[in-house]
Amino acid sequence: MIRIDCPICGPRAETEFTYGADATVQRPAMDEGKVQPWLDYVFNRNNPRGAHREYWHHVQGCRQWVVLERNTLTHEIGSCRLARDVEGQEETQGAEA
Amino acid sequence: MTHYSAFSVFRHALRGNKTWGRAWRDPEPKDQYDVLIVGAGGHGLATAYYLAKEHGITNVAVVEKGWLGGGNTGRNTTIVRSNYMMPGNTMFYERSMKLWENLSQDLNYNVMISQRGQYNLCHSPGQMDAARRRGNVMRANGIDAELFDRDEVKSRLPYLDYSENARFPVHGAIYQSRAGTARHDAVAWGFARGADSRGVDILQQREVTGYLWEGGKIVGVQTNRGDIRAKKVALCVAGHSGHLAQMAGLRLPIETQCLQAYVTEPYKPLVDTVISYGAAHFYVSQSDKGGLVLGGDLDMYNSYAQRGGLPIVEHTLASAKALMPCLSRLKLLRHWAGVMDMSMDGSPFITKTPVGGLYLNGGWCYGGFKATPASGWCFAWTIAKDEPHPDNAEFTLDRFERGYQIDEKGAGPQPNAH
Repeated sequence: MIRIDCPICGPRAETEFTYGADATVQRPAMDEGKVQPWLDYVFNRNNPRGAHREYWHHVQGCRQWVVLERNTLTHEIGSCRLARDVEGQEETQGAEA
Repeated sequence: MTHYSAFSVFRHALRGNKTWGRAWRDPEPKDQYDVLIVGAGGHGLATAYYLAKEHGITNVAVVEKGWLGGGNTGRNTTIVRSNYMMPGNTMFYERSMKLWENLSQDLNYNVMISQRGQYNLCHSPGQMDAARRRGNVMRANGIDAELFDRDEVKSRLPYLDYSENARFPVHGAIYQSRAGTARHDAVAWGFARGADSRGVDILQQREVTGYLWEGGKIVGVQTNRGDIRAKKVALCVAGHSGHLAQMAGLRLPIETQCLQAYVTEPYKPLVDTVISYGAAHFYVSQSDKGGLVLGGDLDMYNSYAQRGGLPIVEHTLASAKALMPCLSRLKLLRHWAGVMDMSMDGSPFITKTPVGGLYLNGGWCYGGFKATPASGWCFAWTIAKDEPHPDNAEFTLDRFERGYQIDEKGAGPQPNAH
């Protein structure tokens, strides 16, 4: 069982949350005309074995979207922030180390 | 290589079973191979076997970081079936089913294929309509399928919950009689023995840590026990495809997730077939030793951990009890997890890649075991001829760019939804 430290509700069980998606993937600008950026956005993933940044929805709690740092090999939990506080401050896809 | 037969069993029994030879060698690697396959699971070993048998390419190595058959080949729920309806999938899985039917004879190794049939239960009129459509597509392609109403299912599977209190009422089922189970370890061992006897080197305890490059092309691999050169490098590492592709500079339409499976304590013969629940992700069969083999949902988040979380254990067992209340007092003997390549459309890849010298077999989601023989057969064809066989022609990486996803469930590009 993963325990996620929701910034609003505090530590809560994984079962209160729904996994969303890879949070490093960012939508291209709406006037982006090339195919490859859209292909990367919709389909292609870094899928790292290690540190991963991801969206979870606290659907059985405060209903906020959060951005969680989690290790996909060890399930170790890192920081958890509200998605609305993270958006726009991060580099786009592929930025994670 | 000793030919296995009733006579050889008898002959060795007279000698106290002390003179059986090794089933495969443990060779030192050569300097150069024509084809190097990464991953000695069912798919990698089948690829090596069919490269040697069908195409006469025997200067082949299979490199494995652990022991052969120790990944998902040793972690699945052993079900084989070919009830697919999307063009691109249908005839591939039917090729696999046909190869399964003669695999023990072909390999001279008993893979214990048991065509005990598989029921996909329907719990609403809409599901019955979808099942009828699927069955019609299968039959139009020459694959067996039967549609049963509630009374027929009740007479065949009397131990399901048909009461007023059933969480989801059984409306009927679609049935494939040629589906069933096979002994998963024997599949790896049989292909290993068959490939080895044709000259393939199986190199265990060697983990690939990188590639050898020449002029922008891959010409071999680096391992933790030295470099090995090869004209063609073929990945059969489902679960870790993203990781090995990343070393080659490729991003794949794949996310890796954990899938758990469970076996109960041995029980008297109860389930003589394979049953898939239509209302939740759950399926059950019974092993020859009596344990009920259960499978359920993914853990739903990206993971390479090869161990699952307890919420899904509870979810799966709740589904089991909702479908078969008689299981409620059985104890779980073991449960385990494998890591899955969950592709963006739920369908696999057997293809050349944009990287010169690199071939990819992966993206099997949780359906890789049933595909093992055809996967090896088609991948061997693709490697030998540098072009796909018609049966795997759609399993390319560029299908997403072209808009030709093979999305059997119509779930969209959400890997944990397939």
